Amino acid sequence: MNCKSVLMLGSALALAGLPALAGGRGTDGELRITFPQATSTLNPYLSSGTKDVYAASMVLEPLAGFDENGAVYARLVTEVPSLENGGISADYKTITWKIIPGLKWSDGSAFTAADVVFTGDYCRASDSGCAQAFKFDGIDKIEAVDDLTVKITFTAPKANPFNAFVGSQTPIIQKAQFANCMGAAAAACTEQNFAPIGTGPFRVTGFTVNDLVQYEANPEYRDPAKPEFATAIIKGGGDSIASARQVLETGEFDYAWNTQINPDLQAQMLAAGKGQFIMGFGTNTERLELNLTDPSPDLAEGERSTAKFPNPRLSDVRVRRALSMAIDRTALNDIGYGAGGVPNCNVVPAPAFYASDNTGCLTQDIEGAKKLLEEAGWVDSNGDGVREKDGMPLKLLFQTTNNPVRQDFQALIKGWWAEIGVETELKVIDPGVFFGGDPASPDTAEKFYADVEMHANNFDGTDPEAYLAALTTDKAPRPETNWIGTNYNRFANPEYDALSVKLAQTFDMNERAAIAKQMNDMITKDGMVTLPLILRGNLSAISNTLGGVKVNAWDSELWNVADWYRMK
Amino acid sequence: MLTYALRRLLLAIPTLLLISLIIFLMVDLAPGSPMSEIPRSIPPEARQKMIEALGADQPVLVRYLLWLRQFFLIEPAYLIDGWFGTSLGGGAQRILSWQSRAPVFDVIGQRLGQTMTVIGAGYVIAVLIAVPIGVYSAYRHYSWFDQVGTFIAMIGYSVPTFFTGVLLIVIFAVNLGWFPSYYDTSLTVTDFATFKRQVWQMALPVTVLALFHAAEISRYTRSSMLDNLGQDYVRTARAKGLLEPQVVLKHALRNSLIPVVTVLALGMPSIFGGSIIVEQVFKVNGIGAALIGAIVANDLPMVQTLTFIFAVLIVVFNLVADLLYGMLDPRIRYE
Repeated sequence: MNCKSVLMLGSALALAGLPALAGGRGTDGELRITFPQATSTLNPYLSSGTKDVYAASMVLEPLAGFDENGAVYARLVTEVPSLENGGISADYKTITWKIIPGLKWSDGSAFTAADVVFTGDYCRASDSGCAQAFKFDGIDKIEAVDDLTVKITFTAPKANPFNAFVGSQTPIIQKAQFANCMGAAAAACTEQNFAPIGTGPFRVTGFTVNDLVQYEANPEYRDPAKPEFATAIIKGGGDSIASARQVLETGEFDYAWNTQINPDLQAQMLAAGKGQFIMGFGTNTERLELNLTDPSPDLAEGERSTAKFPNPRLSDVRVRRALSMAIDRTALNDIGYGAGGVPNCNVVPAPAFYASDNTGCLTQDIEGAKKLLEEAGWVDSNGDGVREKDGMPLKLLFQTTNNPVRQDFQALIKGWWAEIGVETELKVIDPGVFFGGDPASPDTAEKFYADVEMHANNFDGTDPEAYLAALTTDKAPRPETNWIGTNYNRFANPEYDALSVKLAQTFDMNERAAIAKQMNDMITKDGMVTLPLILRGNLSAISNTLGGVKVNAWDSELWNVADWYRMK
Repeated sequence: MLTYALRRLLLAIPTLLLISLIIFLMVDLAPGSPMSEIPRSIPPEARQKMIEALGADQPVLVRYLLWLRQFFLIEPAYLIDGWFGTSLGGGAQRILSWQSRAPVFDVIGQRLGQTMTVIGAGYVIAVLIAVPIGVYSAYRHYSWFDQVGTFIAMIGYSVPTFFTGVLLIVIFAVNLGWFPSYYDTSLTVTDFATFKRQVWQMALPVTVLALFHAAEISRYTRSSMLDNLGQDYVRTARAKGLLEPQVVLKHALRNSLIPVVTVLALGMPSIFGGSIIVEQVFKVNGIGAALIGAIVANDLPMVQTLTFIFAVLIVVFNLVADLLYGMLDPRIRYE
């Protein structure tokens, strides 16, 4: 071992030892976080907006969370229930959580199983409009076996019982504080909603709606050495560029969430040398959805984009495949996302365990696409550059939301499709309308009065069961459902529907993964119903002086804020 | 004049009711949903339940009447309760924001202070620099000072504030590091040090606003002053042998200020209404930022209440401008 390697080893040891050297609770001053969207409430049961859930996660904790790899880890309980430790019953119908003894709320009172039961009742109460109610679906009852044991019974065996009370969307709220806020009264409990008492590393000291949240270290936090920051703030408002700038260029903040900005600006801001971007990759996939039904305006309202009339152009899988082959996903990523994205061919791109090894879409093949269209009978007979079949030109309407990256993508894709003889008309819709789901509006993602639409979608937690079930035949939006539904494509495949049912009844993890992959492939590489483009990361900016941050795409980005510290 | 004012106020009531109905219908008919911002992973049935809990699925007339009742009966009752400790409100449902579930008037109360400090300071400074510039530009008509003043005013008026705001941030906050790039709303002024910080953080937004308003006001002052300097009474004053400062500042300026005062009075609602762009760029938690946030989130009660308050302010300050006119100009009399 020479002199240099000894030095390197020494510095490595010193680095590794840094967190241990740091000084204990409240020794590191103020943690300053900025969000481009301001926090509206600190009760995640009333708002599922990420800005609200994250801000609340500094204070409120679930029984268990998801770590940076998407694995469930214990927070307020002694261990994660499993079949082996008996926490999950052999028939998969109950899950039992054991609370850490001696756990206290930030007001000093004891945390008991009654609080957990209350939280369940609070969200399940009718008229409450609980934003997380779907996390409690399939639960028959939640009961306190004793002060430190909670037992959840499901109506039917549940392969993935880690839904309610797992992850930052369903944290435990204090029974004593929220007892009078059940059901319809929930909204009027402003005082409680704006300063919930929690078990987390911080407690709320001040809240200005849609502007600023102020915190201080929770004196009752279970680890006496944490958090190392004495106070914290989350300032909201402005936009992603300003937030990134305040971390990377002016250094006024330590951490900025959701700093999705274009690659040029990213490089420009990094040049100031004050911080860096961190990326968390979950399951958020930017994709094109293809409409398998006819969106033609000539059809009567109520018949347009319904299963009654198949799409005359896109019903042929060869046409759909050709559209996918013409796209250069790497070029799209370089222009739109840079380090914040990865070209991707799967609708279930992660966790690795569930992801299919499908990379066929990554190479652009214009010639192959042309050939495929010829085979399908689409030829340019009149020389105008657009293919026809039976006198019908291959013309598509392509809609998406108003967003600079999406408009760039639209223009590029239109160019590639023109190369293979497909004419594309572009349409841009306000995101509030597109995602608003108003059945009276013709421009919603659900109505899908277009051939192609681009958006991003992801699933909650790490289990894709519900997400894949969203594409079964019965979930197609149609007049009978008042245009509510998640199967925008009107995909109808009995085999897929059967697999969805089978997945819900399969408990062996390997078998589940195999089914999920099969379903993913049916939608993507085999069926070409959804054309995934980019796996989008959560891009956040972090100051060089902030330590302990572990980026997590499966839970709140502030999931381990208790471990954050100031680098000296 | 008092009867005139009263008559105008009474006439304003049906006008305002009509305005409130039109605003309500416009906001309601605008496409979008209060649930458009929530994550895509929330199932549609859950969205529907949340919309029902907000009451957003009720017919538009029901919601309008409920809003009228809340605005004109319940909210004043709570206001009086707040002042005198009575309990007129009696636990009735206040106007709640869909976004935060906080009472809309609490949010407005929380934000009015910031808006009035920042936007108000911008306006006052604009007046203080614009009037002298306008007067001198008119007095030295077509001089180099007038040319430069005109040039700056044109720039100030035509360059949008979202551009000047970001430009100032990049120059003075990012490159030079002299001022903070955002407004710290948690700062309370208790001593000289915090006062200095407050001045520092107000500097950039106030400069942007002052530049914009000063451009407008200085043009009005200049043209009105030019009109008056050519009048016979000014020549008479000079012929009497009065000194130039007396002619300009006493005789001409007083008369020139009449249209300027009207412009200023009509601009007052914006001090309460805030500036959407400046507040957004500098993260000032004022009324303008609240309005744009509410519009983006389709927070109908918030948008409706704020726009209606602006309508009331505009009607009131129009009246104030008319009354001031009568006071400043003896030729105008209201019987």
